[in-house]
Amino acid sequence: MGKTISEKILSHASGRDVYAGDIVVASIDAAMMHDGMGQLVMDAFREMGGKSLWDATRVAVVIDHVAPSAYESFSKVHKAMREFAFKHNTRFYEVGSGVCHQLMIESGLVFPGGLVVGSDSHTCTYGALGAFATGIGSTEMAAVFLSGKLWFKVPETIKITVQGELPPMIFPKDVILKIVGTVKADGATYKAIEFGGSTIEAMNVEGRLTLTNMAVEMGAKTGMIEPDEKTYAFLKALGHEPKKGFKSDEDAEFCESLKFDVSNLEPQVACPHAVDNVKPVKSVEGKEIDQVFLGSCTNGRLYDLRVAAEILKGRHVKRGVRVIVTPASRRVYREALKEGLIEIFLDSGCAVCNPGCGPCAGGHQGILAPGERCVSTSNRNFKARMGSSEAEIYLVSPATAAASAITGEITDPRRFLKGG
Amino acid sequence: MPGCGRAWKFGDDINTDYIIAGKYKLSITDIDELSKHAMEAIMPDFSEKVKRGDFIVAGRNFGCGSSREQAPLVLKRLGIAAVIARSFARIFYRNAVNIGLPVVECEDADEIQQGDMLEVDLQKGYVKNVTQGKVYKIKPLPSDLWEILAEGGLVNYVKKHGKLPWQ
Repeated sequence: MGKTISEKILSHASGRDVYAGDIVVASIDAAMMHDGMGQLVMDAFREMGGKSLWDATRVAVVIDHVAPSAYESFSKVHKAMREFAFKHNTRFYEVGSGVCHQLMIESGLVFPGGLVVGSDSHTCTYGALGAFATGIGSTEMAAVFLSGKLWFKVPETIKITVQGELPPMIFPKDVILKIVGTVKADGATYKAIEFGGSTIEAMNVEGRLTLTNMAVEMGAKTGMIEPDEKTYAFLKALGHEPKKGFKSDEDAEFCESLKFDVSNLEPQVACPHAVDNVKPVKSVEGKEIDQVFLGSCTNGRLYDLRVAAEILKGRHVKRGVRVIVTPASRRVYREALKEGLIEIFLDSGCAVCNPGCGPCAGGHQGILAPGERCVSTSNRNFKARMGSSEAEIYLVSPATAAASAITGEITDPRRFLKGG
Repeated sequence: MPGCGRAWKFGDDINTDYIIAGKYKLSITDIDELSKHAMEAIMPDFSEKVKRGDFIVAGRNFGCGSSREQAPLVLKRLGIAAVIARSFARIFYRNAVNIGLPVVECEDADEIQQGDMLEVDLQKGYVKNVTQGKVYKIKPLPSDLWEILAEGGLVNYVKKHGKLPWQ
């Protein structure tokens, strides 16, 4: 019987011939912990009697959630994480390096066919490179640090086929919002999602990462995309020599198959307070906004910054609106500088912050006041996530975010089409 | 292991930011202090009113969102004896078992009302609604997970057995 990518990776990592529903103990290729859970991981590791890591070269320690620290409490966490990383000689990403998922993607620790865990639910992002990657808690991360192994239930896979050419000003974020709005918040719980089809084949790897990043918003264990020439070229451009990944067999068994045609897709928005509360942007157009966040592991890459900068170029952010731009990594920041994108953001009145998570998780910056409304390119809009429980978060593409920044209200970016 | 307590009723898709918001998780590292803000966005006085041995009862997809283990930790610290829901998000489910917070999948969770007195027996596999005089079946925990839960979580398991369950 044929296998899905997930079944192949978990068979490879467990040394057994396994299919959906089987429980395996599998060898981990890379593990990442960040400051949002670092203390709990280190505490559990110590309590379990941990002395050394199973393989320090496969471990990344990242400071990104509260970076730089805004509180003495977190400065202590960061201090302990530095000591931990240096003592065990792991890879260590200091304040300003970027958001953990972008760093993992750039690091070479993630490769097609690999099995990766992270102390963050958006670890599923790496599936765009053909890895099986999933978020775990702090206690399990400590167990991985000790043993290099973890148990998994091999997931069933939902096949999502996306077809059609994306219309102008429609982006991967609009595609994934449309999908989340259809599948709903628990539509893929315990399952893997495999994205495919002509739209995905035509999409650049940065856009694909936006799709897989939000697989967990449907409850999925991971989101995957079959690695192709674009995947290998992307990794080579980062200086890596990628291993050959897996493809699902023709006769692999999918538990569900969904098809989307995006050739007439409109800009999409996830309205408060649920990621699956998705509507066309035009249905909420005109709502006044207070803050725009351009960044995150969903949409803080160079491609996203280019899209936003193209709209903002020669224009100014509306008075009364603050725009926070957070490049996903130092590499992204540097490229954006070289291309002149940062200058465009500065000229238009944006606040450009250091790479990291930025305001996404409500940690240390861009906190919303009661009654405020934020347009964000991140992945969650839960009540109180970015500050007050009386604030609202609308999730959109970088284009919709930039257009809204200029007008001061939620805006369909097609208004800014060249020649439009 | 759980016994008798009151039900605190919540709806579908209770996410980890509702259980413990990022603004607290990313500024407060003391779990006692953190637990004062549990469920704050949707039930501001929850942490003051809940009593040790009470239950959280919810609909589908309880614990969706982030992988923060602080979510089950604050509930356990407040004395929640078990979370009973129609279904759970997968990371929350694993995290809860790993810290020794019982998670109970119960198809009939919607029938339970706020304040109902419940009795839960995980080994015999039922939730008894004392207030309504009903008994609901629960989905049994897989045996591997039961071993971890019965020891009070993965850290306690390792302390007792000197190894991880899969070693």
